[in-house]
Amino acid sequence: MRGFLGTRIAQIIPTLLLVSVLVFCLQQLMPGDPALVMAGEERGDPQVLAQIRAELWLDRPLPVQYLHWMGNVLQGNLGYSWRIRQPVSQLILEKLPVTLQLGTMAFAIAVLIGVPAGIVAAVQRNRFWDYVANAIGLAGLSTPTFWLGIMLILLVSVDLGWLPPSGYVSLAEDWRQSLATTIMPAFVLGNAIAAILMRHTRSAMLTVLDQDYVRTARAKGLREFVVVLRHALRNALIPVVTLGALELGTLFSGAVLTEQVFSIPGFGKMIVDAVFNRDYPVVQGVVLVTAFLYVMLNLLADVLYVVINPRLRGA
Amino acid sequence: MSQPANAKQVAAMSTTIATPALAPTAAMPRSPAQLALRRFLHRPVAVAGLAVIVLFIGVAIFAPLIAPYDPIATSWTAIRKAPSLAHWMGTDENGRDVLSRVIFGARASLLAGVVSVLIAAGIGVPAGLLAGFAGGWTDVVLSRIVDAMLACPFLILAIALAAFLGPDLTNAMIAIGVSTAPRFMRVTRAATLDASSNEYVEAARAIGNPAWRIAVRHVLPNIVPPIMVQGTLAIAAAIIAEASLSFLGLGQQPPDPSWGSMLNSAQRFLSQAPWLAVFPGLGIFLAVLSFNLVGDGLRDALDPRGR
Repeated sequence: MRGFLGTRIAQIIPTLLLVSVLVFCLQQLMPGDPALVMAGEERGDPQVLAQIRAELWLDRPLPVQYLHWMGNVLQGNLGYSWRIRQPVSQLILEKLPVTLQLGTMAFAIAVLIGVPAGIVAAVQRNRFWDYVANAIGLAGLSTPTFWLGIMLILLVSVDLGWLPPSGYVSLAEDWRQSLATTIMPAFVLGNAIAAILMRHTRSAMLTVLDQDYVRTARAKGLREFVVVLRHALRNALIPVVTLGALELGTLFSGAVLTEQVFSIPGFGKMIVDAVFNRDYPVVQGVVLVTAFLYVMLNLLADVLYVVINPRLRGA
Repeated sequence: MSQPANAKQVAAMSTTIATPALAPTAAMPRSPAQLALRRFLHRPVAVAGLAVIVLFIGVAIFAPLIAPYDPIATSWTAIRKAPSLAHWMGTDENGRDVLSRVIFGARASLLAGVVSVLIAAGIGVPAGLLAGFAGGWTDVVLSRIVDAMLACPFLILAIALAAFLGPDLTNAMIAIGVSTAPRFMRVTRAATLDASSNEYVEAARAIGNPAWRIAVRHVLPNIVPPIMVQGTLAIAAAIIAEASLSFLGLGQQPPDPSWGSMLNSAQRFLSQAPWLAVFPGLGIFLAVLSFNLVGDGLRDALDPRGR
């Protein structure tokens, strides 16, 4: 286990380094001089521009700029927001819990819908419920997150008046209101992942249901639900854990749109606001932290895969 | 499903063991491509998806002939009119005909879908071929770069690229294409590694063909099926991505119509004019669903073992 963990960590270090290069290079795509953007109304003053360039190390060669930036990142300093002059890491830490709450709820909803639907589809292979589950899954994959959000606001909030159409209340403030403001966005965000989990679970269950030990379990007279849930599902879920973890990227991407539609002040909304305010350090910070979280959560899923897979546990 | 089991086995065998020795004969008259096409045509949902795509392409090409009104012409006497005989999908906040805008919006979406995927394939396929065929350090370096790009969630990377490049449809297509390229690279690399172990590659090597020639002339034509499947599914993802970027204001800019930007402005009038949000969304849904159906159909047709 230790060896496996060491190898995986050794693999992700170059990946994270390359992510940092990629994120740093984003700034080079920006048309024009960043100092001009930062100087605002003082852009005509050469002294101000020179001072900004010196402060941001823009007057140094690119590799030196990268090393300086990376040195700061490793110390937790992601730079300062050009617009509100606050540390980017502080802004991210303020917004991250909101997105994490939304993401956790969305993933729970996705598992609660996707896994049972996948089991039913596999058990009922090529029969009515399989076709229904597949059709709903495909529809879920093809529905844009933001459109589903808008349609649900129209139905649930505007027509029925059951839930607030937008806004956010934190769990600490009022948990009931917090659930009321996040349940609909979480469902919207979980929808696409539920469809993917359904497909993975169905495929994994179909493989497992053909195995000899499942046939043996049936042959010794166990009831079908015991065979499916206790014998087949336990093994089918092993690959689903890893494949499900890959969908965390979908979750982060979806959060950007969901938070925009429901006006939730999270991580995703912050990157969109930063884009329109041309607050590039915030954009870079969000991309870097998202990639870091994604890599770490995938590492966690890989570890979980080894822990829950008895065949790999001793390896 | 209606095929007998032995026919399916024959079909699977003839696609997996496609060597010159098994050239079409009277007993086995069909090429793997013909068999795949036959299997594809036996999937009614995939064929329906293809029909809808053809319809959308027709609508996009002939938009000026089909659209009943000018999509950007405003009319202060027809602001937010509900669907009627004069305006089948109603009018928007500037009195513009929604049907005409949905029709012209198909252009932006399909164009973005196809162009982004061409950009992605243009970067990803040669890189994957190089990584898979050259191996060694080339493979290690390219694979790590792909890992790094895949670590950045697709839409977040596309948003960041579009933000730094500037908001317009062309930059959105570049951003989506670049963000999608790693997926093509992965698929191509895996298919190249698989194809490289075949005897015809060994034979090509043995008669002294240079590596680039073997990769381009012998390996590439044999890895087209998985790239085609990836391409079709990637168009679906690219259409959603373009709509998402336009919805956020980073794609098609007003007054030019795009399904995503139409949904953005529809959000402000949900209670007064709900039709503004329904039709552009349906357009995205149908287009994406069709490409997904065709992609799934192609995958099943080209690799019957995975059914």
